[in-house]
Amino acid sequence: MNGRPDGCALVTGASRGIGAAIAKALASEGWPVGVNYRSDADSAEAVVKEIVDAGGRAVAVQADISDADAADALFKRLEDELGPVLVLVNNAGVRADGLSPQIDDDDWQKVIDTNLSAAFRLTRRALRPMIRGRFGRVVNIASIVGAERANPGQANYAASKAGLVAMTKTVAAEVARRGVTVNAVAPGLIETDMTEDIGDGLLQLVPARRPGTPDEVAACVRFLVSQDAGYVTGVCLTVDGGLTA
Amino acid sequence: MSTTVTREEIEQRVFKALEEFGAEPDQINPDAEFESMDVDSLDLVELAQIVEDEYGVQLKGEDMEGVKTVRQAVDLVMSKLG
Repeated sequence: MNGRPDGCALVTGASRGIGAAIAKALASEGWPVGVNYRSDADSAEAVVKEIVDAGGRAVAVQADISDADAADALFKRLEDELGPVLVLVNNAGVRADGLSPQIDDDDWQKVIDTNLSAAFRLTRRALRPMIRGRFGRVVNIASIVGAERANPGQANYAASKAGLVAMTKTVAAEVARRGVTVNAVAPGLIETDMTEDIGDGLLQLVPARRPGTPDEVAACVRFLVSQDAGYVTGVCLTVDGGLTA
Repeated sequence: MSTTVTREEIEQRVFKALEEFGAEPDQINPDAEFESMDVDSLDLVELAQIVEDEYGVQLKGEDMEGVKTVRQAVDLVMSKLG
C-alpha cells in the first residue's frame, strides 16, 4: 500500500446506504473497516460479509454515536481488533424534518447531536493517534443542504450540516502539518432509504436528470482517503449531478 | 501511575519530542522557550498527549497556559505525578 501506515477505517452509520457503500469502497482499497451501526445488526453483518467474501477485513461495531461515552468504547474496540483508526468517516446522520414553527427542542437537539456533536467527538478522539502517527484521514459526510442550499423543512438538518462543513475546515487547518487531512463530501440527491420520500420535484432541478448512487459518493470518499489526496484538505467536495452548480 | 519516573527521564522525553517537532537539537535546553524553538500550540497539544500516553498524566489546556519553557513543562508533569 505504498508505505501507508497500518491501521483501520471507521465508518459510522455503515449498515446501509451511503455508509455501506463507503465501507465497501475503503475495504476494496485494503483498509480493514469498522462497520458501525446503531440498531440494524443484520444489515451491518451483511456489509461485513460482503467485504469478507471479497477478500477484505471488517467487523460490525454497534454504538449509538450520539451517546457521549460511546466514542471511546468504539475506538478501543477497533484499536484492539483492527489497529489504530487512521481513517474516520463521519457518515451517520439523522433527519427530523418539519417547518421551523413545528420543530421542537427534541427534534432540533437530536439532529444536532448526531450529525454535528457526535462527529466532532469522534474526530477529536481520532485525531490523537493520527497526529502522533503523522497520518490520518477524516471525511465528514455533509450535504448540499446547509451551506450550499436551503431546503424548507430541514432547519435542524441544514444547521447541522453547515456546522459540519465549518468544523471540517477549521480542524483541517489545525492539523494539516501532521499529515492529517480533514475534508467533507456534500451529496445532493442520492438514492437511499433516507431520501426515498424526497420527491421528484427536486429531481427535476438536477442537471444530470437522475439521482446519484451511494457508490458515486463512496468514490469521492475513496479519493479523499487515498495517498494521492494528501494535499487536499479543508475542502467540501460536492457530488450532486450539478444541482448547486 | 508509577512514581519512579525521574525528572531526568521526563526531561529527556520532552527533548526527544521537541526534536521530533523540528526544533534544532543545539537549541534544546531546559530554559529554552518553546516559541524560540518554533514549537507551537499544536506541538504542545501533542506533547501533552505524549505525557498522557507514557506517564498517565493528564494535562488540560489551562494547565499548559503560561508554560513557556522545557523546565516549566517538566515541573508541571512532576507536580501532576505527585
